[in-house]
Amino acid sequence: MAEATAPKPSSSVKLVLLGEAAVGKSSLVLRFVNNDFQENKEPTIGAAFLTQKCNLPTRTIKFEIWDTAGQERFASLAPMYYRNAQSALVVYDLTKPTSLIKAKHWVAELQRQASPGIVIALVGNKLDLTNESSGSGNALGEDGENDGAEGENDDGDARKVSTAEAKSYAEEEGLLFFETSAKNGTNVTEVFTAIANAIPETSLKGARGPGATQSSANRSEDQSRVNLTGPRDNASKEGCAC
Amino acid sequence: MTLHGENNAPKQSLHTNSSDSTATITQKGDTGGPHEAQEERPPLPPRPSLLGVGERPATPLSAAKRPALQSKPTTALSSVDIQTLSFPDGSRGTFSTPASRSVSEAGQRRPAGTSTPSSRKASNNGSEFDDSASLISYAPTLRANGDLASLLDEGLNAQSPAWKLLSSQADTVNPFEMIDYEDNALLNFDHEFDEIEGVDSKGGNEEEVLLQWKAKLKHYLILSSAGKPIYSRHGDQNLINGYIGIIQTIISFYQDVKDPLMGFTAGDTRFVVSIEGPLYFVAISRLGESDTQLRIQLEALYMQILSTLTLPTLTQLFTNRPNTDLRRPLEGTETLLSSLADTFTKGSASALLSALECLKVRKSQRHTINNTLLKAKTEKLLYGLIVAGGRLVSVIRPKRHSLHPSDLQLIFNMLFEAGSVKAGGGENWIPVCLPGFNNRGYLYMYVSFINAHDGGESSHERPPSTGGSREDEIAILLISADKESFYELKQMRDDVVTELQKNGSMDIIKAAVRQGRPSTTDIVPGTQLRHFLYKSRANVQFMMPSFSPHFSSLLARRR
Repeated sequence: MAEATAPKPSSSVKLVLLGEAAVGKSSLVLRFVNNDFQENKEPTIGAAFLTQKCNLPTRTIKFEIWDTAGQERFASLAPMYYRNAQSALVVYDLTKPTSLIKAKHWVAELQRQASPGIVIALVGNKLDLTNESSGSGNALGEDGENDGAEGENDDGDARKVSTAEAKSYAEEEGLLFFETSAKNGTNVTEVFTAIANAIPETSLKGARGPGATQSSANRSEDQSRVNLTGPRDNASKEGCAC
Repeated sequence: MTLHGENNAPKQSLHTNSSDSTATITQKGDTGGPHEAQEERPPLPPRPSLLGVGERPATPLSAAKRPALQSKPTTALSSVDIQTLSFPDGSRGTFSTPASRSVSEAGQRRPAGTSTPSSRKASNNGSEFDDSASLISYAPTLRANGDLASLLDEGLNAQSPAWKLLSSQADTVNPFEMIDYEDNALLNFDHEFDEIEGVDSKGGNEEEVLLQWKAKLKHYLILSSAGKPIYSRHGDQNLINGYIGIIQTIISFYQDVKDPLMGFTAGDTRFVVSIEGPLYFVAISRLGESDTQLRIQLEALYMQILSTLTLPTLTQLFTNRPNTDLRRPLEGTETLLSSLADTFTKGSASALLSALECLKVRKSQRHTINNTLLKAKTEKLLYGLIVAGGRLVSVIRPKRHSLHPSDLQLIFNMLFEAGSVKAGGGENWIPVCLPGFNNRGYLYMYVSFINAHDGGESSHERPPSTGGSREDEIAILLISADKESFYELKQMRDDVVTELQKNGSMDIIKAAVRQGRPSTTDIVPGTQLRHFLYKSRANVQFMMPSFSPHFSSLLARRR
């Protein structure tokens, strides 16, 4: 992404990626940050921290991305990463139904525990394995462990989670929703741009500063979840305009 | 040894003070063994041992002992299937006692002089036929066999000149010097290296057939005492399940009679068993390694598991449910275990010596680097390390704690051998248990890579686990006990990097990394020495020269 030329207001946004192991979290980030893709990427250990700027017409958002490891044993560390995060990307593998279940758990946990204003995007990755995407003929699963990829290879479609199912869930919960391919780059920047647009201006001032002080207040505000959907939806609609 | 003195580091870091080096490991041996002889499964003719004349005076004194030298091949520890023989003088024979050696080694131990070229060729031919049954090793076998014939002859011929050379120089050799011989070792090694690649890549092949599995020279199996498979280097679960069952039965049988099984030999294959609480570790090697070596390797694998889980977690898992399937909690670390295992199979000096290697920079320069780290130190910091090209540049640590080499080995393996950490670029925050430090809890490790070649953030893809990738990376590791201290450590890292750049240390490190290891001729001009390993026991450090151009296999002796 090109640097901003004019001095636009710039702010940092903490973003956390969550989701089952091997759904492609790191690959999404790698695509977004370096516009790169690696086959057979090794599992993330712990978490990786990366930054990337996202230019909007009116402002620049600097994403501070926490790419977490999906393995079960790292789950207990997740709160450390999503605490104070203004946005979260919950990723599932659309060739693997269990990963959507896991994603739903993460969404629930975020709504329960994370900052009240957090913007959550639900992302179904590995779109290249379905027949909706062109040029996916040789795509046999980024991690080679996709049963689905082989089983239904005849028609080239390994999709196991329908768009409608995931989308209706996302609407219910007030999440942004995308289907992406980190491999082809489909929809990847769109996800991040939409998140950037969905972040309410008000929460943008001191980036990390206010976040750090809020932490104690987060826990008990379950009800705020209800309110959140409103502004978030509005914001995302404006966002799509650009 | 003289050059080595430059490595002296200030107090806080590990220093390389060569003056009190106790165990000196200089050594050498090489002759590329016809490695296809090792790959075959069927009953073997005794492994043909090529003649290598390696000799090393431990000190000038030992020149007197040289006549007593016996050609007793010690363990081969080397790149996958390179057969390496050494001829340590009997007085310092160390690896293990003959009694504990495997049968295969006993077979090897016949005096080299007794085997004639013709008999060797015969045995090689035999092995070639056997091999032709299995597709895997056929092609390389053919190829290697061609130059083998010539090699054999030359190997024999080379012997006597080398011996003469040895005796003539016996009084003048410097302690590190070691005589070497046959130039065609290089050629031979190239071939063997090709084959290493072959073996490794097959490991990743999903269509492993049993034959291929059996053809592996080295296996590591980890299972729980309940007989659940946890990890195996080669083969998927279906393939190994049967073997796991058998091994579990055998081990349990001996457990029951309170006489734990340590190891056994079948043909030329050595099985070593190591039991750590609820876990059974088994190493199966046809590379002729000693029990001690294999046991150290298994220990390291255990450490890797502890580093992932911590001891209390592990114990608790198995106390609550003895038949826990540990693969789930360990999910994602298979690559770490495998890269560790492969490091051993290829022969890792640092694993072999339980020591670490330092980047060669001047004392004053290292002092500057250390001070930079110390000045930037934050309260939360436990250990701070700068690592370049897989070698340690600087360490700061609390006064009462040193950093255990096995812990460093785990860290280095994670960072440099397994591609996961550096592949993504950016910074990493990794919970890790350092068993040598404390096996009960996690520490948190901040890792940031800086590219040595240019200042820019370049993040090319690097194929994981290739040897080259670790050579040009500078990493800053900051370890803290506080999992919340990421931003603090990140700040410290920024400060350190800025400061290092300002005072020029960064350039020095980069230059030193680019320079690589000195070749033996740089250290001792005009030497015929191909390679050596030197370990300073007091400082738990070792150094070795560059492998190139000879790239001979290394073999070291334990203290």
